Amino acid sequence: MTQQNRLTSGGRIDRSKPLTFTYNGKQYKGFQGDTLASAMLANGINVVARSFKYSRPRGIVACGAEEPNAVLQLGATEATQVPNVRATQQELFDGLVSASTNGWPSVDTDVMGLMGKVGGDMMPPGFYYKTFMFPQSMWHTYEAVIRKAAGLGRAPRESDPDRYDSINQHCDVMIVGAGPAGLAAALTAARGGARVIIADEQNEFGGSLLNGKETLDGKPAAEWVRAVVEELSTYEDVLMLPRSTVNGYHDHNFLTIHERRTDHLADIAPVNQVRQRMHRVRAKWVVLATGAHERPLVYANNDVPGCMLSGAVSAYINRYGVVPGTELVVMTTNDYGYQAALDWADAGRKVVAIVDTREAAVGDRTEAARKRGLNIISGSAVIEVQGSKRVSGVSVAALSASGSKVIGSVTKLKADTVASSGGWSPVIHLSCHTGSRPVWNDEIVGFLPGDTVQKQLTAGGINGQYETAVALREGFDAGQKALAEVGLAAAEVVLPQAQMLKVAAPMSLFHIPHLKPTSQAPKQFVDYQTDVTAAGIEIACREGFEAIEHVKRYTAMGFGTDQGKLGNINGMAVAAKALNQSIPETGTTVFRPNYTPIAFGAIAGSHSGALFEPKRFTAMHKWHVEHGAEFEDVGQWKRPWYFPKAGETMQQTLNRECLAVRNSVGILDASTLGKIDVQGKDAREFLGRVYTNAWAKLAVGKCRYGLMCGEDGMVFDDGVTACLGENHFVMTTTTGGAARVYEWLEIYHQTEWPELEVYFNTVTDHWSTATITGPNSRKLLAELTDADVSNENFSYMDWKQITVAGVPARVFRISFTGELSFEINVQANYGMHVWEKLHEAGAKYGLTPYGTETMHILRAEKGFIIAGQDTDGSVHPFDLGMGWCVSNQKPFSYIGKRGMSRSDCTRENRKQMVGLKTKDPKQVIPEGSQAVLDPNGPVPMPIEGHITSSYWSENLGHSIAMGFIKGGLDKMGETVYYPLANGTVIEAEICSPIFFDPKGERQNV
Amino acid sequence: MFHIYCPHCAEYREEEEFHGAGQAHIARPLDPEACSDKEWGEYLFFRKNPRGLHHELWVHAAGCRKFFNMTRDTQTYEIKEVYKIGEKPSVVAE
Repeated sequence: MTQQNRLTSGGRIDRSKPLTFTYNGKQYKGFQGDTLASAMLANGINVVARSFKYSRPRGIVACGAEEPNAVLQLGATEATQVPNVRATQQELFDGLVSASTNGWPSVDTDVMGLMGKVGGDMMPPGFYYKTFMFPQSMWHTYEAVIRKAAGLGRAPRESDPDRYDSINQHCDVMIVGAGPAGLAAALTAARGGARVIIADEQNEFGGSLLNGKETLDGKPAAEWVRAVVEELSTYEDVLMLPRSTVNGYHDHNFLTIHERRTDHLADIAPVNQVRQRMHRVRAKWVVLATGAHERPLVYANNDVPGCMLSGAVSAYINRYGVVPGTELVVMTTNDYGYQAALDWADAGRKVVAIVDTREAAVGDRTEAARKRGLNIISGSAVIEVQGSKRVSGVSVAALSASGSKVIGSVTKLKADTVASSGGWSPVIHLSCHTGSRPVWNDEIVGFLPGDTVQKQLTAGGINGQYETAVALREGFDAGQKALAEVGLAAAEVVLPQAQMLKVAAPMSLFHIPHLKPTSQAPKQFVDYQTDVTAAGIEIACREGFEAIEHVKRYTAMGFGTDQGKLGNINGMAVAAKALNQSIPETGTTVFRPNYTPIAFGAIAGSHSGALFEPKRFTAMHKWHVEHGAEFEDVGQWKRPWYFPKAGETMQQTLNRECLAVRNSVGILDASTLGKIDVQGKDAREFLGRVYTNAWAKLAVGKCRYGLMCGEDGMVFDDGVTACLGENHFVMTTTTGGAARVYEWLEIYHQTEWPELEVYFNTVTDHWSTATITGPNSRKLLAELTDADVSNENFSYMDWKQITVAGVPARVFRISFTGELSFEINVQANYGMHVWEKLHEAGAKYGLTPYGTETMHILRAEKGFIIAGQDTDGSVHPFDLGMGWCVSNQKPFSYIGKRGMSRSDCTRENRKQMVGLKTKDPKQVIPEGSQAVLDPNGPVPMPIEGHITSSYWSENLGHSIAMGFIKGGLDKMGETVYYPLANGTVIEAEICSPIFFDPKGERQNV
Repeated sequence: MFHIYCPHCAEYREEEEFHGAGQAHIARPLDPEACSDKEWGEYLFFRKNPRGLHHELWVHAAGCRKFFNMTRDTQTYEIKEVYKIGEKPSVVAE
C-alpha cells in the first residue's frame, strides 16, 4: 500500500524508519513519529467508525484528545486488547494491530447504516426511553441487541500481562501542558529554583508550536522548544513527563497523572518495564496551561468523512507531513481557519475556497490568503456537504449578517475535504474538576475558568489567549507568581520574540442555517460520538427540557468517552437559540475526572492479584496449611474453616470435629480475636462505662464476659476481659470488630472523658492463642505445665500466668463451647512451638484441630451469640435474652443504658432471640429464612422473625437453629413456619436457644 | 483527596491516614437518664448537613490515633482550620 497523502518532506516524522501496522486486518505503512491517525490519513483511510445511533460512516476529525470518532480497539492478542484508544493519541509502533469497534459486519459495509439514511424521524431524542420502555420485562432482550450495535470497544477476556504502578509526588509547581505557555512557566519556575513537574499528553513537548510554521527569535519554534527542554532536563528538581495526561484535578491541589510509559513501544511492555504509571501529585501551586480545542461548526452532513477541524488539517500537514485530501474548502468564523488553507496551498494541493461567515474581516492571516490569491467567499457558509464515505462536494450560500438564515442562492463546489473552524474552546476541564463553574466570555466566544479556591494559575489558550507571544508572556507571569507564592525570588528569563499577528474579531456563530428548517434539513451533528443533532436538541427543548443538564441527559449530548469536548458548547448554543436566550443564561455543563479514558490497570496500579488486599496470618498458619485446612476469610484474616481428612465431605469433617470436642479434646487457633490492653488507674471505671455489666468488683486473676452497646442500646460487640492487675486489663473483641472497638474506646476517652486516666493499646498481633477444649483438656494442659490446674486451684473464669511447654503463658479458663476449656495465650513467636507441643502430647487423647465452622456449631449448641451474625445493630441485650449481662446498679449511666430504655426498646412484641427445633430433625433451616405463622396465607405474608444461625448438630442428632421471633421469649413451644424459595416449608418449634447442657455443668468440672 | 494538617503531629498528611467521625461538638448529655426520649433521640440521630461551614470530628487513625476537630466548607472542600478537642473554633458560620 502506498501512503498517497504523505508529503515527500517536512514534518516531525522519520522517513528512514518505516513501520508496519494493521487496521481491520489489512497491513499499512507509516513512519516513526506518526500517530495511528496520521498514518491512517497518510494511507487514505476514510472510514474509521460507524456512528453510535445511526451507524453513519465517520472519519478522523481532530488530531488530539478531543477526537470523537477514531476511537479504536488495539491489541495483537486477546490478553492485550485495549478498548477506547483515540488513534490521534496513539503513537505508531511496528506491528501495531488496530480495529474499528462498531459497524456490523464492517465499518465499510454496515447494515445498520440504513437507519442513518432513513433519518431523524425514526430515532428522535429519547428514542430508547420511548421505544424500549415497555414492557419492562423485555428490556434485557432489547439491551443485548442495543449494546451490540452501539459498543465502543470491549474488555479483554484474558488477564492483562502488563504491570502498572503508582507513585506519590510532591512539588512546588505543577504545570499542566507543555505548549508555549507551559514551557515558559516551567522555565521560569525552574530557574527560580522551584520543584517543578510539567506534564503533557503528547509524545514530545511543544504543544501548538509543533503544529505550525511559526518562528521564535527568527528560528523555527521547535528549536526554542528543544533548547528549553534541554535546559529543564539539567535541573535536578524538575520532572518532565511526556505521554502523561493530567486526568484529574482534585481537592487541595491533588492531581492524578496518567503516564503511558510503553504504549508507544509495543503491544506488551518490554521486560521489567511498567506499562502505565499513575502519579499522585500534591502540588503547592498549579499552573493550568492546557490550551484550547478548536470548535467545529454545525452544518448539514458535517459528519461525512473529510469534514475536519481546520487546526487539525494544519497539524497533520506541518507535524506529520500528511495532507488529508486533495481539494479543500475551509469554512471559518475567525482568522485562524485561514491557516489551514495557507498550509494546504503550501503543500501544493488545491484550495477550492475559504468560506468566511464574516462580511469583511481583515487580519494578517486573511491578508496572507488574499495575497496568495486564494478564493475567499465572505459572508457565506457551507450549508451542506455531499458524499457518504467521503466528502464529494459542498453547497455554499450567503448568510444574513447575524448568521441566522440563508439569504443567497446556493453554489455547489467540488471538494473532498472541509476544514471548519468555529473558534476555540479553552480546555477548562481540569478547572471544572475542582467545582469551579466556568464563565462565558463574549469577546473570545467561549467559557473561561471561573473562580476557584485552589492555589491555581492559568496561562495561554485556557485564558482565551491564542497568540504565541501572549501565551509565552502569561506562562512567564504564572511562573513568577508561583515562585513568589512559594517564597522564592523572581527568575531571570528573556522570552523569545514571537510574531504578533493582527487578528480580526471572530463571529459568534455555532450552528449554520440551512435552506430548510433544522428539523427537515439533513442531519447537522453537534456531538459526533453520541449522534446528537441540532434538530435533536431543538426537539428536547420543545418537549420541555430547559435546563442544559436535562437537555444533556435527554439527548445524551456529552455522554461519550470524549465527554463532548467538541460538541458541548455548540449544543449549548443550539439550545440557547431554541430557548431564545443567551449562552450564559443557558449555562454550561461541567466536566468530571477523568479528562480522557484511563485503563483500569492504571487505576489499580500494583493493587491487584496477591497485592489486592493485605492478608493476615496467625503464627500457626503454616501448620494449618500442612494439615489440609480449608480457610475462611474473617476480615483480612485467613482462619482455618475446617480440617478435612481424605475422602471426607465437609459435613463429615464437622461431625467428627464436634464429637471430638464433646468426647475428648479439640484445639482451635483463636489468635485472631481482637485484644486490647487497657491500663491506668481509671481503667476499671472506663470498662464500667463501655460495657453493660459491672466491673467494679472483678478481682485480679478473674475474667468476665461483657456486652458492648452503642448509645442506642444496641449490641455491637462482645468478649471476655481479664483483670491482670488492679489497674491493668486485657479486653478481647470479635475478630472482625477489633479496629472498631479500639476506635470506640479512643473516641470516648479523648472526646467525652479525657479526665479518666486510662490508656489503650491494640495487642492482637502480640499474642498467639491456642484454645484446648473438651473433657480431656485439663489432662492435656497438665502434661505441659508444672502449675496446678485442678478445678480447686484454677476454677472457671480464672486466668493464670503459668509456664506452658516451657513458655510463659496467660491461660484463661473460659469457654465458648460449653466444655472445660483453656485458652493458652503466648507471645506470638512461641505460638507454633506451643501448638506443636500440644499436638505431641495430645495425640493420645485424639486431640483434634477444628476451625471456625465447628466453633460456630459448638457455641450454637450452647446458645452463645456471635456479635455480627446473631446481632445486626437492631437488638439490645434483653432481645437476646441476656438481661443477666446488664447492670442496674452502676452509678454512671454507661453507654447503652439510656438507649435501652427508649420507648421503642421497651415496647411489647420486639423480636427476641429463641431456639428453633425443626419438626423433622434432619431438616436444617437455611440461615436468613423468614418465619411466618401461616404458610398458606396470602402473599405478602406477615413476617414474624428470621433465622440467624442454623446447623446440623451431630452431638444432639438433630438440627439446631437460633433466630428472632416477635415476642419469642413468651412463645416457647409454639410453632412457626419457614417457607423457602423452592416452595417447600419447614415447620419448627420455638424453644430455648440452649440446646445442650442447659445447666452449664460441663464447663465447671 | 484532602490534605489535612494534624494538630497533634503538627504536619500535613494525606487523607488516607484519617477517618472522618461525623459532626463535631456533640456533647454526651451529662445526665442521660434525665433526657426525654426526644432529647435523647436528637443527641443520637440528628445531625446537621450544611452547605458551607461544618465543624467535623476527625481521627488520625493511621497516625497518632488522636481525634481533633476540623472546620470545613462542604461546598468548596476548603479546610478552614483544625483545632484540638476541647478548643473552640475561631471560624464559624454567620
